[in-house]
Amino acid sequence: MSDRIFGVVGVLLSIGYIFAALAIEESFLSDAVGPKAFPLIIAGILGISSLVIALRPDPEPHWPSLARLVEIAAAVVVLILYAELLPVLGFVIATAFAAGYLAWRLGSSALEAVLTGIGTSVGIYVIFHLVLGLSLARGPFGF
Amino acid sequence: METLANLGDGFAIAITWQNLLLALLGCFLGTIMGALPGLGPSNGVAILIPLAFTLGLGATPSLILLTSVYYGAMYGGRISSILLGIPGDEPAMMTVLDGHPMARKGLAGEALSLSGVASFVGAFFATCGLIFLAPQLVKVALLFGPAEYFALFALAFMTLGGVSSTNQAKSAFAAALGLGLATIGVDTQTGVPRFTFGEVHLYDGLDFLVAIVGLFALSEVFIFLETRHGGSDAEGSKMKIGRLYPPLSMLKQCTPTMLRTSFLGFLAGVLPGAGASLGSFISYSMEKRLVDKEGTFGTGDPRGVAAPEAGNNAAAGGALVPMLALGVPGSGTTAVLLAVLLALNITPGPLLFTQNPDVVWGLIAALFIANFMLLAMNIPMVGLFTRVLMIPSRILMPIVAMVSFVGIYGISGSTFDLLVMIGFGVMGWGLRKLDVPLVPIILGTLLGNAMENNLRRAVTIDNGNWLTLIDSPLAITLWVIAIIGFILPLIVGARVKARMHARRDEEGSISD
Repeated sequence: MSDRIFGVVGVLLSIGYIFAALAIEESFLSDAVGPKAFPLIIAGILGISSLVIALRPDPEPHWPSLARLVEIAAAVVVLILYAELLPVLGFVIATAFAAGYLAWRLGSSALEAVLTGIGTSVGIYVIFHLVLGLSLARGPFGF
Repeated sequence: METLANLGDGFAIAITWQNLLLALLGCFLGTIMGALPGLGPSNGVAILIPLAFTLGLGATPSLILLTSVYYGAMYGGRISSILLGIPGDEPAMMTVLDGHPMARKGLAGEALSLSGVASFVGAFFATCGLIFLAPQLVKVALLFGPAEYFALFALAFMTLGGVSSTNQAKSAFAAALGLGLATIGVDTQTGVPRFTFGEVHLYDGLDFLVAIVGLFALSEVFIFLETRHGGSDAEGSKMKIGRLYPPLSMLKQCTPTMLRTSFLGFLAGVLPGAGASLGSFISYSMEKRLVDKEGTFGTGDPRGVAAPEAGNNAAAGGALVPMLALGVPGSGTTAVLLAVLLALNITPGPLLFTQNPDVVWGLIAALFIANFMLLAMNIPMVGLFTRVLMIPSRILMPIVAMVSFVGIYGISGSTFDLLVMIGFGVMGWGLRKLDVPLVPIILGTLLGNAMENNLRRAVTIDNGNWLTLIDSPLAITLWVIAIIGFILPLIVGARVKARMHARRDEEGSISD
């Protein structure tokens, strides 16, 4: 069933891709092939392979339970927040929180998670910023 | 003779303090990444690319660092295979069969040191092969026009699934997805924006480094979160290593095996669609058929440890041949290495040898040096790496995730790229669940523009005649190989894959 859904999504993707390709505005200065041909070929391959996947599905993959899916979704949200807040909070604070969260969810105890978070963040800051001179996001306190 | 002179120049470039240090660092990090289950050569290189890039290293030093990681990971994979019975990365799968039984018999030290020597022989042989084969391939490649290049790219995609691929539709889907992603951005030939939906960030196209780090490194973090596999695989199973050097008699017994499998592995690496995993698999199978008269393979036969290790390290070196000479990688990690070259604005392929000989020969010389460093690290100092296996992944994985973010943020300093990377991470997780290979996606985003440009150039030169694509004998040959390479797995793929896995279960049940 998963493969059938996946195949149908692939077919829809290729149709959308074809429409987007046809909507490309051609410039008056164009080569013999133009900017649309290659995307259309790719869309064809995408569509055909998706169709085959939908018609001849593999055995069902092992999907995780709902709780695990929520776990992954929560991690994605945390990482998105991390990306958005990085320029606001600065590298060290934001990274300590994100790394600590991941460590906690992977099964560390609370204390261990806090230590992993701070250790990762300070460690990366020292190695990459202070030693190697990489520029990291600066927060309100300058780090 | 010219080759030797070039190699001499290469050594002159490689032997600077900076390059030697980078090679040492790369070997060390690579071995660790190979040894840790969950981090393989392609992930390892992927995480380090943005860093090498943001540190402002030049082309030769970056390549030295990253190929040392590549070679190191190939060495490191065997450590957890032998000690824990869990392959550290995919190519080390076959090493489990005899390596782990040897360790259980109390011969862990012998197995580790012997496989270290076998890795060295394989990698050394392959680097020599690279020196002699790559320039020959360059001569052929210089005859290529745009039409032949287009056919070559098609060949790379059609064979990438490999002989062991069971679902060619999914490989084709992945390739098309990657190529489709590459078309995002301003068209290089006419300057019109394509698939940007008015988003200014997309005008330059998607950064393939962002895609690589997301697909390879971040998706791994999600996999760990899903299984909540936070502990260390080594917890509770302490192995005594014992002696650190293999007995001479054992080395003698294994020498013919190592030489034969090095050659076979090298061939497997050079050929498209094979790569290191298949290299170690055929090496093991061939040796079993040739020398396993008493049926000792699978119960801790030293030759069964030497064969796959020499095979996979030789294949790793062999895979560099098409990547450097043609600019078309045949395996996942070489695809990632290609990204390094492209990010540094170096066009791989035949012109690389004439325009940037310093890069090529410096790299090759560095590979020789790295190989000796790895031998030194992996035999007397192997105890250091076995301790790394004790790091639980609940500490390791957050570090991997954060280093990925640092690398990508360092390149562009943009939140948008980080969000795209998270998107790729989620996509990579889903596609891995659905058994869709990720390497064709990467290769598609890397080669998409070059492939399209060659197509358009070929057709434009011939005034819009599309038949020009199959006009020369060379192009027709490439297309025929491509089609055979695509169809062959449909016939034999399921069998090869079943045997690669069945053998392991079967042997596993015997040794247990």
